[in-house]
Amino acid sequence: MSDSPAAPSRTKASGVKAALASVSPVPGAPKPDAIFVGDSITRSFGGLAAVDVSHLEVQRGSITALIGPNGAGKTTFFNVITGFDPPNTGTWSFEGSSLAGTPAYKVAREGMIRTFQLTKVLNKLTVLENMRLGAQGQSGESLFRALIPAIWRKQEDEITERALGMLEQFNLFHVKDEFAGSLSGGQRKLLEMARAMMSNPSMLMLDEPMAGVNPALTQSLLEHIKELRETGITIFFVEHDMDMVRDISDWVIVMAQGSIIAEGPPADVMRNPAVIDAYLGAHHDVALTESGESLTDTSVSLTKSEES
Amino acid sequence: MDWLTVFQNSLTQMIGVSAIIYCLAALGLNIQFGYTGLLNFGQAGFAAIGAYAIAVTVATLGWPLWLALLFGILGAIIFALLLGIPTLRLRADYLAIVTIAAAEIIRQVARSVSLNDYLGGSDGISGKYAADWYALNPLPVGIDTALIRFSRNDLWVVINGWTLVAIIVLLTWLLVRSPWGRVLKSIREDEDAVRSLGKNVYLYKMQALTLGGVIGAFAGVIFAVAAQSVQPDNYSTTLTFFAYAVLILGGAARVFGPVVGSMIFWFLLVFVGQALNNAVKAGYISSSILRPDQVGQVQFMLVGLGLMALMIFRPQGIFGDKKELALDER
Ligand SMILES: Nc1ncnc2c1ncn2[C@@H]1O[C@H](COP(=O)(O)OP(=O)(O)OP(=O)(O)O)[C@@H](O)[C@H]1O
Ligand SMILES: [Mg+2]
Repeated sequence: MSDSPAAPSRTKASGVKAALASVSPVPGAPKPDAIFVGDSITRSFGGLAAVDVSHLEVQRGSITALIGPNGAGKTTFFNVITGFDPPNTGTWSFEGSSLAGTPAYKVAREGMIRTFQLTKVLNKLTVLENMRLGAQGQSGESLFRALIPAIWRKQEDEITERALGMLEQFNLFHVKDEFAGSLSGGQRKLLEMARAMMSNPSMLMLDEPMAGVNPALTQSLLEHIKELRETGITIFFVEHDMDMVRDISDWVIVMAQGSIIAEGPPADVMRNPAVIDAYLGAHHDVALTESGESLTDTSVSLTKSEES
Repeated sequence: MDWLTVFQNSLTQMIGVSAIIYCLAALGLNIQFGYTGLLNFGQAGFAAIGAYAIAVTVATLGWPLWLALLFGILGAIIFALLLGIPTLRLRADYLAIVTIAAAEIIRQVARSVSLNDYLGGSDGISGKYAADWYALNPLPVGIDTALIRFSRNDLWVVINGWTLVAIIVLLTWLLVRSPWGRVLKSIREDEDAVRSLGKNVYLYKMQALTLGGVIGAFAGVIFAVAAQSVQPDNYSTTLTFFAYAVLILGGAARVFGPVVGSMIFWFLLVFVGQALNNAVKAGYISSSILRPDQVGQVQFMLVGLGLMALMIFRPQGIFGDKKELALDER
């Protein structure tokens, strides 16, 4: 799926930015080249409408953030579109083919690979085995071919080589032979992301990838994600860390109480009163962030004043 | 009876027909439960299918043994599909409930009066239905030494039985170190993670259930051929739970776990029973404490205690990896 990894840097990024510049920043805005299109997707739990998205598009090759307060329905939305949770209504398509009702494993094979908010590493497998599992189209994964190592040995070696390279990038090389269950919380997040990359996704969906990852590593991961975009991968991620959102996203979609309430480039969205309302409640008296002051800054100062 | 005989009997049973039967049943469970995490509590049902497939087709219909064997394998595959199709998409406990019930249904059907003419009711089917196969036995005599003792026929069964075990162990070893085995082990850990990476979890679970069930059917085949009879009550849930005891004793998700577990289990069971018997008869244990007819129960109590002690001091089984087990507690 990926183009040449040696593509000149920033061209993709600036291309995406240019393409998105013409998009009007309104909820459900159509994109010039959408890789994902969803329509009237709803999911309710009992009486609670956890997801109620009338229209949503994700621009191909972009880094698109999905933000919103706790309980907004972001994870549920991810679960629905990746086939992990059946919606009440809705249709959606990826790369032009409809995916509604498609089982999760087929969604993944279509190139939409997701990670989980609560990390799902395979504890009793080594880190390297976790990585190998991510690779697609393994002939040794068929029952009968598995019996003859000669059939799959070469592919396994290639997969291992790729896995080791990936582990290096994600700072996990030194723990490659440990059980994944012995990793720290942050390391598990990294492993899950690296494992997803082993699948060669065309759209990588990350649910709070940076939660629990130390700041120094966050920086290098941000760079890494930007590089991924340069290889043509679309990244659609949920994140609460506004610094990260502002730093890397081309486009931000804001969800509150199940619906999309705002969309736009990061700086605009974070100044949007509706968004600040959603995060802080309707009757806040915090000045809107004129000087580029971000939401996190506001909330940090709020918590600080509460503590003192 | 003297102590040498006790020892001889114990060693003989350690590698005898029962050990083979429970080893096979546990080898099947190892693929299902050990590697994939599927709770099949109906292994006795698979064994019954293997045993009855042989008995009915060979004794009643006069089929050759090899054809009967294929029929038994087919029966186990169909049984696995019947159990798996409705349950493997659901939570793990559904399979447990359905398998335990289905195995009991098989046993009750086998002993039902209305099918008496075909399945022999509670008496089962006996007869010389593996005579052709026993006729192939090239051994001139059995074996009778101070340590082990087999009749000519038993020795033939034991040699073939352990050969079958060796083949299945080899296949298991090949499978679990392949990418296929990696998917199974991952399913045991977290199905959703495996789905999110594009693997058809349902298909793999079905394959594991079927493969383990077919191996379980071989246990019944050996049972039927060795005893030259099948009786429905040999295929009660006790067989399944003994097989689990064997598996956990040896160490689940270890290729050799069932082999070692089964040997130890049968050695201990026979040794404890015969030693108690011997001690009571010789007057070491006064009959006011233990009467000869109570030995059977006490034998199982002591073996049960032994298994409990093992679970306390070595919860991962003989072969298991303690480090791996500790990961559950995080
Ligand atoms: N399985 C479920 N059963 C019942 N209610 C659920 C279930 N899953 C989610 N919900 C509800 O749906 C709403 C949206 O939850 P969701 O996990 O999607 O939020 P989120 O936006 O991911 O929040 P966070 O940022 O805290 O992760 C919440 O009110 C939650 O209580
Ligand atoms: Mg969430």
